[in-house]
Amino acid sequence: MPYDILISPFLEFDFMRRALVATLALALGAAPIGVILMLRRMSLMGDAMAHAILPGAAVGFLVAGLNLFAMSIGGLIAGLLVALLAGAVARATELKEDASLAACFLVSLALGVTIVSARGTNIDLLHFLFGNVLGLDAATLVLIAAISTLSLLILALIWRPLVLECVDPGFLRSISRAGAPVHIAFLGLVVLNLVGGFQALGTLLAVGLMMLPAFTARFWTRDITAMIVAAVVVGALAGYFGLLLSFHAGVAAGPAIILVAGALYLGSVLFGRVGGILRQLFPKQHLEA
Amino acid sequence: MRRVVCVIAAMFATIVAVPAHARDKINVAVSLTILADFARNVGGDRVDVVSLVGPNGDAHSYVPSPADAKKLADAKLIILDGLGLEGSTARFMRAAAKDAKVVTASDGITPLRLGTQSDPHAWQSVANAKTYVANIRDALIAADPAGKSVFEANAADYLRRLDALEAEVKAAIASIPPDRRKLVTTHNAFGYFGTAYEVDFIAPHGVSTEAEPSARDVARIIAQIRAQKIPAVFLENVTDPRLLERIAQESGARIGGTLYSDALTDANGPAPTYIDMMRHNVKELVTALGG
Repeated sequence: MPYDILISPFLEFDFMRRALVATLALALGAAPIGVILMLRRMSLMGDAMAHAILPGAAVGFLVAGLNLFAMSIGGLIAGLLVALLAGAVARATELKEDASLAACFLVSLALGVTIVSARGTNIDLLHFLFGNVLGLDAATLVLIAAISTLSLLILALIWRPLVLECVDPGFLRSISRAGAPVHIAFLGLVVLNLVGGFQALGTLLAVGLMMLPAFTARFWTRDITAMIVAAVVVGALAGYFGLLLSFHAGVAAGPAIILVAGALYLGSVLFGRVGGILRQLFPKQHLEA
Repeated sequence: MRRVVCVIAAMFATIVAVPAHARDKINVAVSLTILADFARNVGGDRVDVVSLVGPNGDAHSYVPSPADAKKLADAKLIILDGLGLEGSTARFMRAAAKDAKVVTASDGITPLRLGTQSDPHAWQSVANAKTYVANIRDALIAADPAGKSVFEANAADYLRRLDALEAEVKAAIASIPPDRRKLVTTHNAFGYFGTAYEVDFIAPHGVSTEAEPSARDVARIIAQIRAQKIPAVFLENVTDPRLLERIAQESGARIGGTLYSDALTDANGPAPTYIDMMRHNVKELVTALGG
């Protein structure tokens, strides 16, 4: 019986296997990015970037239809452009980075909606906002896996300065000039992972698989390496159980994945070992347990 | 006293208005491209037809613009489908109409049910299309009585062409073996076609393109295609083709061409008119389902 519920859907249907592989790859790439974003208090940055990607993807769509590479490259360019522009404005003027980023992504989003509705026909925005994790072809899987691989490699390369900038940016600046290029590379990774996730989950929900596992992991450990491992595990669990939920309960797959991640987050808020609500209320009993 | 003056004024206005419009074309606004095609065929030179949802547009997700409101304000006659495809667009058209008469073209058609709603794609049966044409003819005559003979002649001519079309459709479907007359399509839009010509259309989506299919829906469709040996799946011009391709690969069904249901294409596409659309759909069906 548990076999029928937990395993046979993936054995029987190729599309379930593909969806699972895609979500696992996304979790592997995006969850570590989410942890860093959270530690740098840039949790809403992912959301902003996801909106910023929309006009690029829309241009790609208008040029080539539902074409994987046109939409991905368009989204990548738009995302990087917004990230760099926001950074440049923040550096050159009095405006703080969060404000200039908000300005850029709002304009970018409005531009995206304008482009989508400009051709007279109303292309279904839902494809951009929610994606379709059940309709993944081989090329999309390869793209998502490649992005995860690249993302992990670059993350390993810039790991030390990146962590240092999380905990003590002043110290990093005093010993090295790596701060700015590392920051830009990291922004690039954020955009890259969102572009990967947007094929499967759409621009909005891709952020969910990036951020929610990070927040969940925060309730279980203070160690950054353990936190990243925990976030990847949470993302993978959300993908697996979300797909099962969609399969058995008949809810839409993308939202189901994020809802499972949300449920894991909520459980961690209540029961988490590090700063969870119950732990704060009854510290002793739990320490004895 | 005042009422008498009003009545006299109204009569006078009618007398003045009719000759004026006999020379000018009358403006007709319709919601959907298929209705526009019907109205152009019946109205001929005497009407100017604008369609709010353009070629290839998706009526389910149409958003009215101020330019559309202007088109409506200029219209003397507004023709709606009335079976629910327009959604809030119908309300918008009624609200934006200044002094136009609003006519429902689907009057007299008994809609098929799709869950709790009625299925709006009635023209997928040619018999229903003839009802639409008759309703539009009557509405045009009411709006422009001077054109009565022209409208009647145009409509009679067009109805003859629809009769020929219907015979053609029936003959083509008859060429497909009965056990192969079943297929899967993204959009539940062919209920009338299926009922009229005995082809079994199975859809993974609900009645609206807004519903996102769950893993359970997709799994059921694949299982069903495998179990019933359904020969083909069809893409439609308004929904996500990626999902269909996945289902086709996994189930072994053949991918048919595009079937058009509620939006005509522009002049360069394969379905610029209603008759072209039906011919195109039937040709695709015969190609994919025939041996």
